[in-house]
Amino acid sequence: MLEIKNLHASVGGKPILNGVDLAVAPGEVHAVMGPNGSGKSTLSYVLSGRDGYEVSDGSVLFKGGNLLDLDPEERAAAGLFLAFQYPVEIPGVTNMTFLKHALNGLKVQRGEEELDAMQFLKLVRQKAKALGMSDDMLKRAVNVGFSGGEKKRNEILQMAVLEPAFAVLDETDSGLDIDALKIVADGVNALRGPARSMLVITHYQRLLDYIVPDRVHVLAGGRIVTSGGKELALQLEDEGYGAFAARAA
Amino acid sequence: MATLVPIDGPAANPDWLSGWRAGPGNGTAAAPDWLPPVRAEAAGRFAARGLPNRRIEDWRYTNLAQLTGLELDWAPAPAEVAKESLPALVFGREADCRLVLVNGQVRPALSAVPALPEGTILTSLAEALATGHPGVADLLRERVTVDDGALKALNDSWLEDGYVLIVPEDVTVDLPIEILSVGTGGALPPAYQPRNLIIAGARSRVTVVEHHVGLCIGGYFANVVTDVAAGPEAIVRHCKVQDESKEAIHVALLDATLGRDAMFDSFCFTLGGRISRNELRVSLDGPGAHCRLNGAYLVGGHQHCDHTTAVDHAAPETHSDQLYKGVLDGRARAVFQGKVVVRQDAQQVEGHQMSRALLLSETSEVNTKPELFIHADDVQCSHGATAGDLDAEALFYLRSRGVPEGQARQLLVEAFLNEAIDAVALAGMRLPLEQNVARWMGERPQPTP
Repeated sequence: MLEIKNLHASVGGKPILNGVDLAVAPGEVHAVMGPNGSGKSTLSYVLSGRDGYEVSDGSVLFKGGNLLDLDPEERAAAGLFLAFQYPVEIPGVTNMTFLKHALNGLKVQRGEEELDAMQFLKLVRQKAKALGMSDDMLKRAVNVGFSGGEKKRNEILQMAVLEPAFAVLDETDSGLDIDALKIVADGVNALRGPARSMLVITHYQRLLDYIVPDRVHVLAGGRIVTSGGKELALQLEDEGYGAFAARAA
Repeated sequence: MATLVPIDGPAANPDWLSGWRAGPGNGTAAAPDWLPPVRAEAAGRFAARGLPNRRIEDWRYTNLAQLTGLELDWAPAPAEVAKESLPALVFGREADCRLVLVNGQVRPALSAVPALPEGTILTSLAEALATGHPGVADLLRERVTVDDGALKALNDSWLEDGYVLIVPEDVTVDLPIEILSVGTGGALPPAYQPRNLIIAGARSRVTVVEHHVGLCIGGYFANVVTDVAAGPEAIVRHCKVQDESKEAIHVALLDATLGRDAMFDSFCFTLGGRISRNELRVSLDGPGAHCRLNGAYLVGGHQHCDHTTAVDHAAPETHSDQLYKGVLDGRARAVFQGKVVVRQDAQQVEGHQMSRALLLSETSEVNTKPELFIHADDVQCSHGATAGDLDAEALFYLRSRGVPEGQARQLLVEAFLNEAIDAVALAGMRLPLEQNVARWMGERPQPTP
């Protein structure tokens, strides 16, 4: 589904990714772990098409097409979703309005019929309920005044409504207490399926107790230095990133 | 930046005032005896001052030099306007009340004024002067002699027509009064100077929606003065949508005095005009009087808009709140000047003021000038100003969720203005205002990458 080859990217002229190779097949969940500054967030932003991230070499194939040629909204329409590490607050735009524009934006781009107001309301209420989110949260401005846990839950709600083929979860566990982590992980697990792949980016092994990956990759110095099964996460937790970074050098 | 042309009075271009010197000359209504000397006194005041120039502090950021380059028709003949060509009623209901002015003159044949509550008068100034309504003469004679800048003097020198609304004590007018002011050009750009009066008796309630539109592509000069007198506990709501032709010069001064516990709620939405200025002066004369002055503007191209306010807290326990939010594109320039005066004996006063601007282009510009003169000690006053671009993070967030860029920008602009539009107390106004935002975003030239 997603194939990253020799990806080099820089931010403000500073090289951050130095040849990332990674392939995720349909239905698989891969974890990318790595120390601070290893390029984890850069990888997620390069995939989602944020301004200011310059790709100098390599390619990213998504469903067989060149992902890097697309605008952010076109990537979303192709089925890519990024759950933000720091979800953005948008005063004056309610969660409902945001979701409606997003879902219908995807549908129009795909040449599908837009949902009417009733269908949309029903869909969002049902998804919100499954995540334990109140109607009140849907009426509030996007992420404004939300706690850290509420913001992350809101990301998962967006993912549940938009049903992407490929989700990148960027440090979705950061800032969450254990209860919030479980709710978020349950939400993510409910979305797992044979047609949906995920890339879970995390600093800590903790999240992977709840979202169990098929593969674990260690990112250090802007490259994947080791890959393995889910047990690699535990090994990493024991040894620490230092040993891996040393091995990568 | 616009070229600064110094003006030292009307003499800078002797021709452009020749029509004005002829004085009001349509002879549409008989003038009471007191009027000609008042006009003459005002004409002298204007001639002595000349047009405002940028050396005058209040006009530092707004340059009217362009006016002197225009040959104007100061006494335009009544223009042919078909009723069908007028914009739809703001609220689109059969029973709505609308008084139509064309080039500053009330046109009964184009208007539709249903029966209003007993004693309520909605008419033209020409009619009110001809019939000698005592309340109108009293207020006018009091206000006309006030020396308050050259453009007011120019308007004082004319005093011919405009709308007059009188609501007696204890009367509530439920129906919003819609005033449609149409500007339309002839062989020469018309200059017109309506004088409007709103007199709200004690404990009365009324809402006025002013809609200023241009029915021509070319320019014209509108110099509007509106006097508002709100008695004790009266509530006057004034909502103005300024959507003049893109070549028009629109200058408006609204002067309101508020009695004890009276409330004046103003909202000004500026979309049109090549150069526009909306100036509000509010005197909180009675204890407990309260005003809310809110505005929103959407300007692009070479438009220049100016919102200037002056609130005088002349009595204790008076409150004022001001919020102006605007969006600028192209080479547009906006000005917000807000003056708040708290008199020495006016204790327990609250005055708050905020101006926020969204600059969608690098060539747009906003000038903000708050002025606070506080002579009492038990007061709470605040002011603030921001200017910036659309939030790039929010824009990327929306796009990453599948919202196309143009739509995402529109959504963020609407969200920005919503705070000011939310403040419009008249519920039915929300939709027309939001539609204007959508239309503006749709017509906006796409930035070249």
